[in-house]
Amino acid sequence: MNHKILIHHVKDNVGVAIQDIKMGEKVIGHYLDGKKENIVEIEALTDIPLGHKVALKDISKGEVIIKYGEIIGEATMDIKKGQHVHVHNIKSRRW
Amino acid sequence: MEKITFKGYVRPNGKVGVRNYVAIIPVDDISNTAAEGVSKLVNGTITLSHPYGRLQFGKDLELFFKTMIGTGSNPNIASCIVIGIEEKWTDRIAKGIAETKKPVEAFYIERYGDLKTIERASRVAQKLVQDASELKREDIEISELVMSIKCGESDTTSGLSANPVVGKVVEKLLYYGGTVLFGETSELTGGEHIIINRIKKEEERKKFIEIFNEYQEFILKEEANLLGSQPTEGNIKGGLSTIEEKALGNIQKIGNATIDGVLDFAEGPPNKGLYFMNTSSAAAEAITLFAAGGAVVHLFPTGQGNTVGNPIVPVIKISGNPITVNTMSEHIDVDVSRVLTLEESLEEAGEKLWNYLLKVISGRLTCAEVLGHREFVLTKLFRSA
Repeated sequence: MNHKILIHHVKDNVGVAIQDIKMGEKVIGHYLDGKKENIVEIEALTDIPLGHKVALKDISKGEVIIKYGEIIGEATMDIKKGQHVHVHNIKSRRW
Repeated sequence: MEKITFKGYVRPNGKVGVRNYVAIIPVDDISNTAAEGVSKLVNGTITLSHPYGRLQFGKDLELFFKTMIGTGSNPNIASCIVIGIEEKWTDRIAKGIAETKKPVEAFYIERYGDLKTIERASRVAQKLVQDASELKREDIEISELVMSIKCGESDTTSGLSANPVVGKVVEKLLYYGGTVLFGETSELTGGEHIIINRIKKEEERKKFIEIFNEYQEFILKEEANLLGSQPTEGNIKGGLSTIEEKALGNIQKIGNATIDGVLDFAEGPPNKGLYFMNTSSAAAEAITLFAAGGAVVHLFPTGQGNTVGNPIVPVIKISGNPITVNTMSEHIDVDVSRVLTLEESLEEAGEKLWNYLLKVISGRLTCAEVLGHREFVLTKLFRSA
């Protein structure tokens, strides 16, 4: 099965859809900085459009979102593994 | 180290250009018409029209002069004509450009009117174009190249492909002794610690922190909600959720390089190497400032698709978003979408972009040049008097 998710860093709790993913679809994700065998399998709980993020684990409200191994914002509500992660459930910690 | 060369134009001050323009530069908004009149009559000239140059003052006026003189001094311009309504500010710009020893002539509209000015300037422009047409491209070492980088309408594919691919080219150009300018002050928010750690000298680090904090204070003072502006609506559509996420993707463009110095708006780099320049993150404003600082070619990665160009600097667009590459193909010079499917490594895509860069700086026209994108946009610090 080809990967549909890329993950920048081993610390990340979100991955990026590189193709449109449909709700209920089981997809695999590749880590960019990990080894080839470093692969995760995710079941999408929502549709995730190309370029949008998906939660790789359950994230609680207030918890930080990690991408590139760095903080990119925080959850404004509980997010389940496999859900779409975007402006509706995370926000900047800066502006 | 193997020697890498390209075909460029050596100017009288030793700086190297990749284009050979005769520019008609209006000093102010009301001189655009006369400048454009010259371009209509004389083939082979370009006009750098803009809406400012009247009643500016203080720091804003200084930046105006710095940008106009820097633009005219850019080595992609062989010679120029400066046209203004009155003598003083016109001469200040013409004299500033003349320090490069390239041919420059100034014309003032008062006491002549548009029509006589157009005629007088056109007679000079005709000769400048004929003289410039005799200049030949020569073999130039790649270390003479000054390149700028800035992304636009980014999305998450930018951080995965187009930006790190640009990072590979930046690392390579620096390895061969070239110069790279990057900026986008607001768009480093959330990744500023990475930039600070990469700056080699303590005093330059302090300069960066001052510039960065000044911008943050400006944002907070305006009490603005930047969601929709930074990140833009296009960024959000493409999956970017926060400024931090956008910044961390943005920073991929400098690869693993360390930073030699920090420049103010439109300032030229004192040496070779990698320099941060204080700029807006708006594409045309930033590229105009980089060109005024001496950049002769620009790498522009995009996710959702951006059409920007510059009148004097070839802008090379790179995209890793397969939808953008298909739907806006006439704007994308280098397709790196196969990085996402892991069919192409960052190194392979970097090599592809490097080879394309060598072609463009030796004369190949970019998509933006052929499509007529010539956005010349001055940065204004505050309202005029």
